Amino acid sequence: MSLPLPHKPFEDRLAEALANPQRLAAIGRAAMRFYEGRVAAMDTLPDAEAIRDLARAIRAHTIAHLDEYLQRFEANVQAAGGHVHWAHDAVEACSIVLRIAQENAVRRVVKSKSMVSEEISLNAALEQAGLEVVETDLGEYIAQLGHDHPSHIVAPVLHLTRQEVGRIFSERLAVPYTDEIAALNAIARRALREKFLKADMGISGCNFAVAETGTVCIVTNEGNGRMVTTLPRVHVALMGMERIVPTLQDLAVMLQLLPRSATGQKLTAYTSLLTGPRRPDEPHGPQETHVVILDNGRSRALAGDLAEILYCIRCGACLNVCPVYRTIGGHAYGSVYSGPVGSVLSPILGGVAAFADLPQASTLCGACHDICPVRIDLPLLLLRLRREVAREGYTPRWLQVGIRGYTAVARRAGHFALAARLASWLTRLMGGGWFNGQLPGPLGAWTRSRAFPPFVRRTFQQRWKERHRG
Amino acid sequence: MTSSPRTASLFVTCLLDTLFPAVAQAVVDVLEAQGVCVRVPAGQTCCGQPAFNAGYWDEARRIARHTLDVFGDGSEPLIVPSGSCGAMIRHGYMRLFEGDPEYGPRAQALAARAMEFTQYLVDYLGVADLGACYEAKAVYHPSCHLLRSLRIDRQPRLLLEHVRGLRLLSQEDPETCCGFGGLFAIRMEAISSTMLARRLDALQATGADLIVGCDISCLMHFEGGLRKRGSAMRTMHIAQLLAEGLRP
Repeated sequence: MSLPLPHKPFEDRLAEALANPQRLAAIGRAAMRFYEGRVAAMDTLPDAEAIRDLARAIRAHTIAHLDEYLQRFEANVQAAGGHVHWAHDAVEACSIVLRIAQENAVRRVVKSKSMVSEEISLNAALEQAGLEVVETDLGEYIAQLGHDHPSHIVAPVLHLTRQEVGRIFSERLAVPYTDEIAALNAIARRALREKFLKADMGISGCNFAVAETGTVCIVTNEGNGRMVTTLPRVHVALMGMERIVPTLQDLAVMLQLLPRSATGQKLTAYTSLLTGPRRPDEPHGPQETHVVILDNGRSRALAGDLAEILYCIRCGACLNVCPVYRTIGGHAYGSVYSGPVGSVLSPILGGVAAFADLPQASTLCGACHDICPVRIDLPLLLLRLRREVAREGYTPRWLQVGIRGYTAVARRAGHFALAARLASWLTRLMGGGWFNGQLPGPLGAWTRSRAFPPFVRRTFQQRWKERHRG
Repeated sequence: MTSSPRTASLFVTCLLDTLFPAVAQAVVDVLEAQGVCVRVPAGQTCCGQPAFNAGYWDEARRIARHTLDVFGDGSEPLIVPSGSCGAMIRHGYMRLFEGDPEYGPRAQALAARAMEFTQYLVDYLGVADLGACYEAKAVYHPSCHLLRSLRIDRQPRLLLEHVRGLRLLSQEDPETCCGFGGLFAIRMEAISSTMLARRLDALQATGADLIVGCDISCLMHFEGGLRKRGSAMRTMHIAQLLAEGLRP
């Protein structure tokens, strides 16, 4: 289990994010556009709800039989001439990729989008060993040039405006400044084309791994995925161990949901199915293919009551719909994975200690549960994580005391009535009506932006009792 | 009115009991106007949701057991004038007492009886037009647990549509959370306040005089924010609007 850990406490990350309201407004708008696209695209399915049920059943079945399907996948990759590697954690995964690179005398690496590579900090590991690593997904490329991190699992630089991208390009690529999108695209294409042609190794992610055929499926929009997986001599696909679907038929179900949920497309521009290296009679493709299957804490989730998170197909719909994500953006989460799915995944992969705040960063409004294509009950998983956070003692002291007091009050009618009287007495001390000033202590957090309501002298139950006595 | 009065128990909820008793009275008034004989079993406290949501499930269980004891093993409907507390009783209690031989079945029985206020009126009693008149421009706030956990949306809208004189306005992103979230409002104050500000901007932009909803917690959040802003816009629980609209 390991995940890049946040460098700053949650409050600082939050304050930093909230200090840039213009950026947050842009993030909110972009997330909203994705969300609206998703709603429209799902409407094009004849029976979206039935397909979601089917997809959920496929994911549930696969995760319940993951060991079997992983073995079948491995056997079929090997039968197609590919290699399979098992990585227990991030360090092992990086060293496997590095070993493959060294065995093949690789100097230049091109990458298409892979959240797993972010999870294991692969770029840093490869660069440390002296390799040149270039991201080729446009968003990831911009993030790499700007020494930035993805803020969204589908749209890595959702947080940047085109003006900011223009500045990054002009600084890093020594080109005249432009913020015209077509011109920026052309600049990136020119710069990246050269990298593709010179690369010795291509590293990609894996949206789905088909057990019955040993196929790696990659869903992209830019064509860079095709270049990365066909031009260099060696192709390495990185996958979390839960990416499996049993059959091509199951894959077809998932492909109806992933692009629609992620970007509002019926199908992305490129859906690649890669099975093994180039055959002797084929003119294109890598000579050698590898699949690295990463655990990194996933088997721990599999054994517990959070296993449902492994159904996730990484569409990002829960980020786009989440009112908290829309308010604070991805970086404040301090994790590779942000939004509701990130608030569940990060403590699982990176430990509860480092990410104890994330499960609290939700109002449990349920919008994520409603939109999830495979109906993951994210609010329930967040609640279970909150229980773990509480058990392990990461609740602030004032709240531990508060919960104890509240429980004592709420479990006995007499205590409750007494507490109500005390509260109304305090209300009267504060002037009686809605309190518009600033309260001390934790309640001060409430009064910063909200007036505090007055506790009444006689509760409803008291009034009722008096009226119904006679 | 019906000759054989229907009986129902009321879960007052801690917020209505201690902060907004007039709303609880309005709930009773509306129900009684429909010929319902309302019982208020003594000794009610809180449903336990704050502890449950904070991850303190043992504590939440103690409180939930108290609530289960208070409402006993009757068979009459249990009316909950809150989507959030209703969702706690309908779904949260199932989680808390999973596999509990004593309280598990009791929690299930109470969940089966529990009905949110507008759901009881529209789905159980089958009324949509209570004959209420209320002159105002209002915007309806669908609270999250009511909408997504209990799937109740049609019922309050139907009741409001039948109120004479009431103009219902629409808002931008109507299904976005107000940012209350219980302890979230305090623990995650900065996020909560920003969410509230965005929502209030959208609500105030409608030009309505009133925000109407079925959950006093969200309404209290709005009201607190409006008062802090010095806005003249007010909030009203749906029961209060209906009860006032029924007054001659």
